[in-house]
Amino acid sequence: MNKGVAITGMGIISAIGNNVAENYDALINEKKGITRVDNIETIQRDEIMVGEIKHINAELIAQLNLPPENNYSRTAMLGVIAAKEAINSAHITNIKKYKTGIVSGTSVGGMDMTEKYYYEYLTEKEPQKYIESHHAGDSTQKIAEQLGIEESLVTTISTACSSAANAIMLGARLIKSGKLDRVVVGGADCLSKFTINGFKTLMILSDTYNTPFDENRKGLNLGEAAAYLVLESDKVVKAENKKVLAYVKGYGNANDAFHQTASSENGDGATLAMEKALKVANLKPSDIDYINVHGTATGNNDLSEGRAILRIFGNEMPEFSSTKAYTGHTLAAAGAIEAVYSILALQHNVIFPNLNFKTPMKEFSMIPQTKLKKKELKTVLSNSLGFGGNCSTVIFSKEA
Amino acid sequence: MKRVYINSMASISSQKTFENTEFLDTIIEYSEPVIFAHDPDYKQYIAPAAARRMAKGIKMGVVASKIAMDEAKIETVDAIITGTGMGCMIDSEKFVSAIIDNNEQYLTPTSFIQSTHNTVAGQIALGMECKAYNFTYVHSAISFESALLDAKMQLENDEAKNILVGGVEELGEHTTKVHKAINHIKPTSVSLSEMLKSNTQGAVFSEGANFFVVSNEKLQNCYAELIAVETFNTLQKEKVSETIESFLQQNNVQLADIDLVVLGNNGDVDFDGFYNQLSDAIFKNTQQVYYKHLVGENNTVSAFGVWLASKMLKTQTIPEIVKINDTNLSEIKTILCYNQYRGQNHSFVLLKKC
Repeated sequence: MNKGVAITGMGIISAIGNNVAENYDALINEKKGITRVDNIETIQRDEIMVGEIKHINAELIAQLNLPPENNYSRTAMLGVIAAKEAINSAHITNIKKYKTGIVSGTSVGGMDMTEKYYYEYLTEKEPQKYIESHHAGDSTQKIAEQLGIEESLVTTISTACSSAANAIMLGARLIKSGKLDRVVVGGADCLSKFTINGFKTLMILSDTYNTPFDENRKGLNLGEAAAYLVLESDKVVKAENKKVLAYVKGYGNANDAFHQTASSENGDGATLAMEKALKVANLKPSDIDYINVHGTATGNNDLSEGRAILRIFGNEMPEFSSTKAYTGHTLAAAGAIEAVYSILALQHNVIFPNLNFKTPMKEFSMIPQTKLKKKELKTVLSNSLGFGGNCSTVIFSKEA
Repeated sequence: MKRVYINSMASISSQKTFENTEFLDTIIEYSEPVIFAHDPDYKQYIAPAAARRMAKGIKMGVVASKIAMDEAKIETVDAIITGTGMGCMIDSEKFVSAIIDNNEQYLTPTSFIQSTHNTVAGQIALGMECKAYNFTYVHSAISFESALLDAKMQLENDEAKNILVGGVEELGEHTTKVHKAINHIKPTSVSLSEMLKSNTQGAVFSEGANFFVVSNEKLQNCYAELIAVETFNTLQKEKVSETIESFLQQNNVQLADIDLVVLGNNGDVDFDGFYNQLSDAIFKNTQQVYYKHLVGENNTVSAFGVWLASKMLKTQTIPEIVKINDTNLSEIKTILCYNQYRGQNHSFVLLKKC
C-alpha cells in the first residue's frame, strides 16, 4: 500500500526552457522567465508580467511538423512537446507493448482559439476547424494521438490550479490498482486573454516580478507551460530493466470548502491534503526534506498555505521555496511543472531558490530558501492549491 | 476488493425525471433540435439569493446532488466527483464576449469565477461543507465515466464508503449557434419519436444533471451493483463487438448473460452505425433500449443511460418508450450501457441487479 509508483520519464516546456535540461539550467542559474507578454495582443500589456514561452504558434506547428489544416490549440501543442520528451526520456519505443493511458490536466484548453475566432466561427469557414478544439479534453486526445495511444484510458481533469497534481494522483492510483501498466500524467495550459483578464478582475496580478512569501507581495504572474511524467508499474520496470527517476510516494486531495476563489485563513484544505499525502506515504512530517510550495505570491495564497504548512510541520520545518518566480503561475500545469522540479531536486540533491524574496511576512516567521542549496534529499513534498477549494499534495521520493 | 453499489440517484433532464417516485410515466414531446431541462423548483433547494448568482448548470448540479443525498439519507460523503464535458458554458460565454465586446475593459470577476470547470463540484462542497476529495473530469463524452471509475476504485479499495458522483452539462447560447454552424446539431426540427429515423447529420443538443451516491455497502433501497466501467479514447467501428466481448470476459460475464443493452443512438446518420451494428448482430436477440430521443445529446448524457439502467434493474420494468425491440424479458439481471460521441470516447458500464 505504501510502496511508491515509479517515475521513468519526464518532459517539460516552460518560460525557462524548452526541455528538462534547459529548465534545470535556468533553475540553478537563477534565470527567470518573466517578461511582458509578446504573443497575445492585450491592453493589459504594460500592467502585467507573464511567464511566456517565446515561440509563436507557427514555430510550434513547424516543430511538431503539423499539416497546415491542423486544428491544434496552443495548449495541445505545448502538451505534445512535453509529452513526447517524457516518452523519449523513458526510452519507450513501442507504446503498444504495454497498456498505456494518459491523464492530463488543463483549465484553459482551447480557449486561446475560441477567444480569437469567437464571432468568426458563425460566419467564416476557415477558423471553424477550431470549434472542436475548444473543449478541455481535446488537447489530451491530440497528445494521445501523437503518442500513438489508442483504444485506451485517456482522460482529462480540470480542478483549476491543482489539475496536474490531481492527474499525477489518479495516474498513481491507476497503476496501483492494475488498471494500466503505464500512464502519462501531467498538464498543459497556454496563456490567454481569458485568464489574463480573469485574474486581472480578481486584482491578483502583479505589475512586476512576483515575490512568493514576501510581506510586500503584489500578486501572481500568469505563466504558460506543459509537463508530463511517465509512471510505470513494477512489472514493466522489472521486465524492461527501467531506470527509475523517482517515485510518487504519497498523495492527498481535499477541499477547502470555504470560498469559490479564496483560500481559508488557516488553510484547512491544504492542511488536510498534506496530512493525507503523508499518511499514504507512511511518512512523518520530519521525513520531508524539502517543500516545493504552491506559493503563487498572492496575499491570500501565501498566508493560507504558510499557515497550513506551519500546522503540519511546526518546529520541524524543512527548507521550502516557490519556483513561481521563475515560471509564473502556470495554472493547471503547475502541479506537473513542479513535479518535474521536485524530481530534479531529488536527482541533483539541490534546493532551488525562492527568487525575489526580501521581507518576511508579518504573520509568521517563515523564511523561504533564497539561495541555491546543496542538500541530500530523500523526499520532496509539492503543494497545488486552486479555485473551487481544490487542494492537492504529492510527495516524491528517491526510494520506493 | 469491496463491491460497489448505486444506492441513490437523481436526474434533471428534458423529461420529468427529478421525482424519484416516477419512472417516465408522462413524456414531454419536443421537436426542436436544441432542448432544455425540465426544471424542478430550484427555490425548494437553494436560497433565492444564492440561486440568482448561479448559472443553470450549477443549479442543476447542486439540486440533483441534494436529491441524491436526500434519497441516500446521508449528510456528507467521502468524495465528490463530477464530470462535465463542456463545463460552465454560460459564464464562459459571458466573460469571453465581454472581453471582445468591450476591448478588455469594464470587466467584473463573477462570470470568470464561475466559468471554471470545477465550479459545480466546488459549489456542492461549499453547500455541504464537505472538505473531502473533490475532482472534476472534463473529457468530452467520457467525463462522467471517468468520475465513476475514480469512485469505483476508491470504494473497492475501501478508501471511501460513500461517494457522490455526477455528470452535468448546460447549454450556452453562442456555443449552440457555433455547433449548428458545423452541423453537429440537427439542421431542422425533428420530433423525438422520429429521431432515429431522421436520416440527418448531427444530434439534438440538450442539458441536464445526473447524480448518484455510490457506496461499498448496500442500502436496502439499492438500485444496482456497479460491476465495471471502461473507457476508450478511440475504437474502430469494426472492433466494437470484439472489444465488448473481451470487456465482458474480463469481468466474468458471458455475452448471453446480458439481459438488456442501453445504447446511445442519437439519430446522427454518420455515427449511429456504431450501435446499429450491435443491434443487428451480437445483441440481435437481446432487449435493446435507447434514451437520447427523450433527453437529447450532451457530453454527460450517458449518465442518464446509467440512471435508466439502474431504474430498470430496481423496478424490473422497461418503459415502452425506450424499447428498440421487444424480447418479452421476464427478469432483468445484467445490463450493459454503451456510448460514444462522434466515433470517439467510447464507454462501457456494466450493472447488475442488487
